Amino acid sequence: MFRSNVLVCGGTGCSSSNSEQIINRLKEELEAKGLEKEINVVRTGCFGLCALGPVMVVYPEGAFYSMVTPDDIPEIVEEHLLKGRIVKRLLYQETVSDDDTIHSLTDTPFYKKQVRIALRHCGVINPEIIEEYIALDGYAALGKVLTEMTPEQVIQTIKDSGLRGRGGGGFPTGVKWGLAAQNHADQKYVCCNADEGDPGAFMDRSVLEGDPHSVLEAMAIAGYAIGASQGYIYIRAEYPIAVQRLKIAIKQARELGLLGKDIFGSGFDFDIELRLGAGAFVCGEETSLLASIEGRRGEPKPRPPYPAVKGLFGKPTILNNVETYANIAPIILKGADWFRSIGTERSKGTKVFALGGKIKHTGLVEVPMGTTLREIVEEIGGGVSDGGTFKAAQTGGPSGGCIPARFLDVEIDYDNLIEIGSMMGSGGLIVMDQTTCMVDIAKFFLNFTVDESCGKCTACRVGTKRLLEILEKITSGNGEKGDIERLEELSYYIKENSLCALGQTAPNPVLSTLQYFRDEYVAHVEEHRCPAGACKDLTRYTIITDTCRGCTLCARNCPVGAISGAVKEPHLIDQSKCIKCGVCMEKCKFDAILKG
Amino acid sequence: MQKRISNLAFRGTEEQQKKLFAVIDQRKGEQGAIMPILQEAQEIYGYLPIEVQTMVAERLGVSLEEVFGVSTFYSQFSLTPKGKYDISVCLGTACYVKGAAAILDKITEMIGIQPEECSEDGLFSLTACRCIGACGLAPVLTINEEVYGRVTADDIPGILAKYR
Repeated sequence: MFRSNVLVCGGTGCSSSNSEQIINRLKEELEAKGLEKEINVVRTGCFGLCALGPVMVVYPEGAFYSMVTPDDIPEIVEEHLLKGRIVKRLLYQETVSDDDTIHSLTDTPFYKKQVRIALRHCGVINPEIIEEYIALDGYAALGKVLTEMTPEQVIQTIKDSGLRGRGGGGFPTGVKWGLAAQNHADQKYVCCNADEGDPGAFMDRSVLEGDPHSVLEAMAIAGYAIGASQGYIYIRAEYPIAVQRLKIAIKQARELGLLGKDIFGSGFDFDIELRLGAGAFVCGEETSLLASIEGRRGEPKPRPPYPAVKGLFGKPTILNNVETYANIAPIILKGADWFRSIGTERSKGTKVFALGGKIKHTGLVEVPMGTTLREIVEEIGGGVSDGGTFKAAQTGGPSGGCIPARFLDVEIDYDNLIEIGSMMGSGGLIVMDQTTCMVDIAKFFLNFTVDESCGKCTACRVGTKRLLEILEKITSGNGEKGDIERLEELSYYIKENSLCALGQTAPNPVLSTLQYFRDEYVAHVEEHRCPAGACKDLTRYTIITDTCRGCTLCARNCPVGAISGAVKEPHLIDQSKCIKCGVCMEKCKFDAILKG
Repeated sequence: MQKRISNLAFRGTEEQQKKLFAVIDQRKGEQGAIMPILQEAQEIYGYLPIEVQTMVAERLGVSLEEVFGVSTFYSQFSLTPKGKYDISVCLGTACYVKGAAAILDKITEMIGIQPEECSEDGLFSLTACRCIGACGLAPVLTINEEVYGRVTADDIPGILAKYR
């Protein structure tokens, strides 16, 4: 029995900011004080509040320390763990009340509105110890399924729950399982898509790092439901911590007989193998992913036949993503009705979002479907960072779109997002402020899709390249009349003539920014001006004559002598000489220089 | 994406070849073995020159075309050697919004190589990489295993100086 548990986040964000050193230092200090038998140090998965990393929490007090450095550890050990005095200066300020008492992390704005189903164990258990998972009802769902339920009942439960695929498309999971179950074959496969390729999305990674067993358990349940004995997890090689923890988890599950032959004495066999991806965004498409597991180029195939009929190695296959699997065990244990009670009419349950970009609390949040964007950005996310103003939120990665401020109050679910020209995608949510140029962002995503197009369909391979060229032309100040119309025409052409979702959605970033920020495109094309001041070729520094006092400071500091003007007279910048270094703006004491 | 292909002479050792053959022999007959073998081959040699791909194809009994098709398709496979220090600048959305492009420019300017290239002295190579999932620390770059978060272009000279 330990008198205190110290949970240190070992997720990617915190590991990158040295949580490993913190754990080592903690252990050293505890040993030096002879406390190692009284105090337990646990390395957990992601807490979600990555912006404040590295983070740790001490129970039973629930004291949440943020931005801890290894040098803070002696103080925490000496004061808190030895003498019982919480080190207030290191506490996350939102957990400290006005009267100086501390309250639970779950009462802070960041956590209050969250409902954690998929992330239920992240930041709570040590993902490398299977017993901790089992202690929290781990593998109880698998036991229940194998001993009390028929495969048909399992599929019916998942169907009734209304769970839809969390990878982006939103296809009903139970229906998918049902289709694969109907097809008879000597071998079937259960696959897990852990190839989280959307830039700005890291929810699957956090589940795998923080709670790998929940995915293994769900895959075994799926195997029982459709009649498969082999599973594959296709995971990005870029996620070394997740790969490592999955390997440990699979080994432990095999040792306890939770994977392998005759699980729970039921006669059901199921085993899982890892396959490492090698970096190809198109492998998020199911037919590409299966081709990649087979060791080939990850190029998509026309559907039908669907994988449920003819998938991996030509056998019936189901493929779900990590977050979808993370929802399965709770649904089995708590029932379909419980899950249905959360969310909106057509989107049940919760969704994990990775908050990033210009937002205060970057990190991972899980909210019920139907939560508004405003609640996520302003309440949970703490608002726009650095005093900026909200301009747009980008969801759905390179397949999605930008949502402008006027839709902040739309309830987020699969269907509403599509209606406003974006999509759920895997759940990346990037906040942009007034300094982000929407044409530049469209260009950024097109750069990505041009790189990642597999090259099979001409419309996608050549079309995205042409789109990018037009965008480059516009952002470099060479846009001409008709360019915007050309962008639109080409976008629709690419959407209609591509085989897989990558090509069909590649123009979305262009179309959605055109829909809501058309004036920015017009400013680039017709006035050769970038209103956000982000496109370097179009940035122009001008002096506001009414505000300029003629102090000559800017003229003296300009490295190329582009500024002229008499003392105490308004100055002028010669645009042909200006190299846009911004020194004049930095030096001006009267805010008389305008960028845009 | 067009892959850069190195024209530096291949300098594989017999020991490396022995390791590679052991990997191939172990996986021979396994379904979908090409990718895992290429991943291990890259671990052994640091990159995948055509000589290594030829060895894989011949020993595995598949055509070189098939191996080359796979190695050029996936971004993880590098056909150019890596420097002693491999700098990866994350160009995921979160990092991009927070100024990753300026960081990449600064590095290119300072060491005089473009992404996917290796400096002549073999000290640095540069990669413009996909999201590494550390979006909370954006913008991020990694040098070998070391992660640098919340980087600005002004931090670059100081960071690079540590490796020179």
